[in-house]
Amino acid sequence: MDTDQLIRSLAADNAHRVPRVGAVLTMALLVAAPLSILIFATFLGVRPDVMSAMRNPFFDMKFAVTLSLAIPAIIISLHLSRPEALMRGWGWLLLLPVGLLAVAIGSEAMMAPAMPMTMRMMGKNSRVCLFAIPAMSLPLLAGALFGLRHGAPSRPALAGALAGLVSAGLAATLYASHCTDDSPLFVATWYTIATALVTAIGAVVGSKVLRY
Amino acid sequence: MRGREDEWTGLMRSAMAGDDAAYHRLLRAVTPVLRAAARRGLARAGQPPDQAEDIVQEILLAVHLKRHTWDSEAPFAPWLFAIARNKLIDALRRRGRRVFVNIDDFAETLPGEAPQETASAGEVATHLNTLPQRQRDVLQSIAVESASIKDTAAKFSMSEGAVRVALHRGLAALTAKLRDH
Repeated sequence: MDTDQLIRSLAADNAHRVPRVGAVLTMALLVAAPLSILIFATFLGVRPDVMSAMRNPFFDMKFAVTLSLAIPAIIISLHLSRPEALMRGWGWLLLLPVGLLAVAIGSEAMMAPAMPMTMRMMGKNSRVCLFAIPAMSLPLLAGALFGLRHGAPSRPALAGALAGLVSAGLAATLYASHCTDDSPLFVATWYTIATALVTAIGAVVGSKVLRY
Repeated sequence: MRGREDEWTGLMRSAMAGDDAAYHRLLRAVTPVLRAAARRGLARAGQPPDQAEDIVQEILLAVHLKRHTWDSEAPFAPWLFAIARNKLIDALRRRGRRVFVNIDDFAETLPGEAPQETASAGEVATHLNTLPQRQRDVLQSIAVESASIKDTAAKFSMSEGAVRVALHRGLAALTAKLRDH
């Protein structure tokens, strides 16, 4: 087939329209979310003392941290789904959760905490955290990658890593309502390890499936 | 250079608004630029230039299937060159070379390049033969015999909608085969 002929067939297909990447990503995450919530409801559930926990600012802070990861990650992943997009000027958004955590760790240290630092950091749920966040992330990660496949990222591994951050951020938001460890030191340690794992999976899978 | 790129952006806006003729003109206008860049990339990688047309066709298919990622407020050329660059890198990598592709390869056309030149390429044609019968028939009819959607529908006793679906699926399948082969 010569190129003029190919162009003719492309022009004939011009009427074919597809939704924007943002719409597909939103749909895919909405389809995946019930699966993650099912894992949450089956194996974890909301902690029993949630009413009193809500009066603890460090409990609330966990949601601020996880959502300040998930939402910017969604925004950046949509930005990167355009082929000419660069990470430059957008990466700082990912420092939001880091900054929040730093502030929270500082505040906790100034409030003369009841437990020593190592105990707050190790907590009681570190192992559950390391399993639960990645497990709940997987359906969301599949959804995020499916949605981003609709785009044309120039760096598929980077886009896949962002999909990992999206799904880990959302899964960690669910997990935060289960976990009784509210110290920002615990969050900074174990949530971060779990998130890094999911991000690495996202990057590896993304480098394969996000090529177009 | 500016004028040319503004013209492309205008054509692409019309195309996205449903003007098939503008889309056709745009694709024909960018093809010589893509071809020159593909030849330069191949030459730099020490590859024979006769594979340029395969790369051009692959770029055109990707442009077509990913055009919804173009922001109509943004200029068209950077978007186009980013896709072209990615496809050229992929193509050279598949041919066993890791090379650095300069974005400037796309920003400049060499003078004296025949703008209306067309050439056939092997890869699309090869994969065309592996498509389901119906998609192949429709693509052949529209591309090679330059029949309209309407005439193609009449010829194969299909509805126009079915022809459109077969056409789009055929193009998407060709793209996937090129990417994964």
